[in-house]
Amino acid sequence: MIKLNFPFTEAAVRALKVGDEVLISGVVFTGRDAVHKYLYEGGPLPPGVSLRDGILYHCGPVMLQQADGTWQCNAAGPTTSIREEPYQGRIIRDHGVRGVIGKGGMGEGTLAACQEHGCVYLHAVGGAAQVLAACIRRVRNVYFLEQFGAPEAIWELDVVDFPAVVTMDAHGRSLHREVFQHSQAELARRL
Amino acid sequence: MTELQTALLELIRRTSAEIPDDVHRALLAAGANEQQGSIAANAMQIIDQNIALAKNKSQPICQDTGSVLFYVDCPVGYDQITFAEAAREAVRQATRKGYLRQNSVDSLTGKNDGTNVGPGAPALHFQQQRAPEINVRLLLKGGGCENVGAQYSLPHTALGANRDLAGCRKVILDAVLQAQGKGCGPGILGVCIGGDRATGYEYSKQQLLRRLDDRNPVPELDALEQDIVQTANALGIGPMGFGGRTTLLGAKIGAVNRLPASFFVSISYMCWAYRRQGVTLNEAGGIARWLY
Ligand code: SF4
Repeated sequence: MIKLNFPFTEAAVRALKVGDEVLISGVVFTGRDAVHKYLYEGGPLPPGVSLRDGILYHCGPVMLQQADGTWQCNAAGPTTSIREEPYQGRIIRDHGVRGVIGKGGMGEGTLAACQEHGCVYLHAVGGAAQVLAACIRRVRNVYFLEQFGAPEAIWELDVVDFPAVVTMDAHGRSLHREVFQHSQAELARRL
Repeated sequence: MTELQTALLELIRRTSAEIPDDVHRALLAAGANEQQGSIAANAMQIIDQNIALAKNKSQPICQDTGSVLFYVDCPVGYDQITFAEAAREAVRQATRKGYLRQNSVDSLTGKNDGTNVGPGAPALHFQQQRAPEINVRLLLKGGGCENVGAQYSLPHTALGANRDLAGCRKVILDAVLQAQGKGCGPGILGVCIGGDRATGYEYSKQQLLRRLDDRNPVPELDALEQDIVQTANALGIGPMGFGGRTTLLGAKIGAVNRLPASFFVSISYMCWAYRRQGVTLNEAGGIARWLY
């Protein structure tokens, strides 16, 4: 297990390779379909939010507002990342993102951006909503709540030891591509 | 709330928060079978922790609480309209209580009214039987795994699949290959050979009501089920597509008649978060016993 702590430096991220298991601690921002389209089209981040040396989490959490106005996270597993493939590369470049957490992996455009700009794709365990929610110690803030609705908003989260696997690294390797090719060859031998 | 509504609410809560025993056993065995310390073994460990946490907190196992699919076996003369009303009310309640996520969207406007009730939601399937019991089974099927389902029309030139069992095997294994880890594997396949495009998918989902440890009474299908699981697990796709020994926990295959002109193979993929429960109701509409 490799500890990955905020701020996520380019050196720390470039040192990671496919298959590394990491525990992430620090600030993480959620963003899914609406946020990706908005940023891709050049929309500005809200004041006070920066993704530079930061991590973007493909997640639509289930949040409950407490009586005192604070938020509690009830479930927070990853959502399928490939939907953001058309947007991800440019967002990594424009905003200096160092890590993208999601599930299912991403395509060649994102892989190239990871290599060029120093970013990694971090695969969380799909469906593990409760374990992952337990790693979220505090909901620091929420942005675009009105505009995009709760699941699509940008949630600023404090996470501790959030487990993920590097499946696309900054050296052009993708575990998804490798497993696909290997399984395709294995299947061909068994048909 | 009527006794029936209360029973259905409890059925939804338990289905969302607790994995059935047969599935839990299969997941534990799969975890133990992975190479100690591998990414796959660690992923299975997180899955197991998640199952325990969800049960203890009575919270959804996965935040995608899925399509809500009811299957009801009832005697002749049973009031299906009252049941449907009770089911819709139970779904509304379950959503308010957080057992279900606000998960149902108007396909034209994109609006989510937050109730999980609307055209086609929840989905209800009734089947009359000569026996007096009322059995209600429930599947919660998430979007990630539903998206990797597939329907093949045989013959399939690119895959070299003919209109026979060997051809069925080829397309089923192709579906596993294409799905990789994207359906949150290790997965479970429900397969229908035959039917039309609609009934094929419908019947493939009904296969997911079978227990994981049952055996198919039709020898050819039983052999195909065992072969699919064994072959899929030799491909090295593994949990979440990380690579590993367990790609499938099971395959359940049924066959229905087809037209001479059509030969469909329909495949529904269920994720590891295999949320399936059932109850037998008593005369008042309460829960007499659990089915899984
Ligand atoms: S495929 Fe299943 S486990 Fe994965 S996110 Fe969807 S419902 Fe959850």
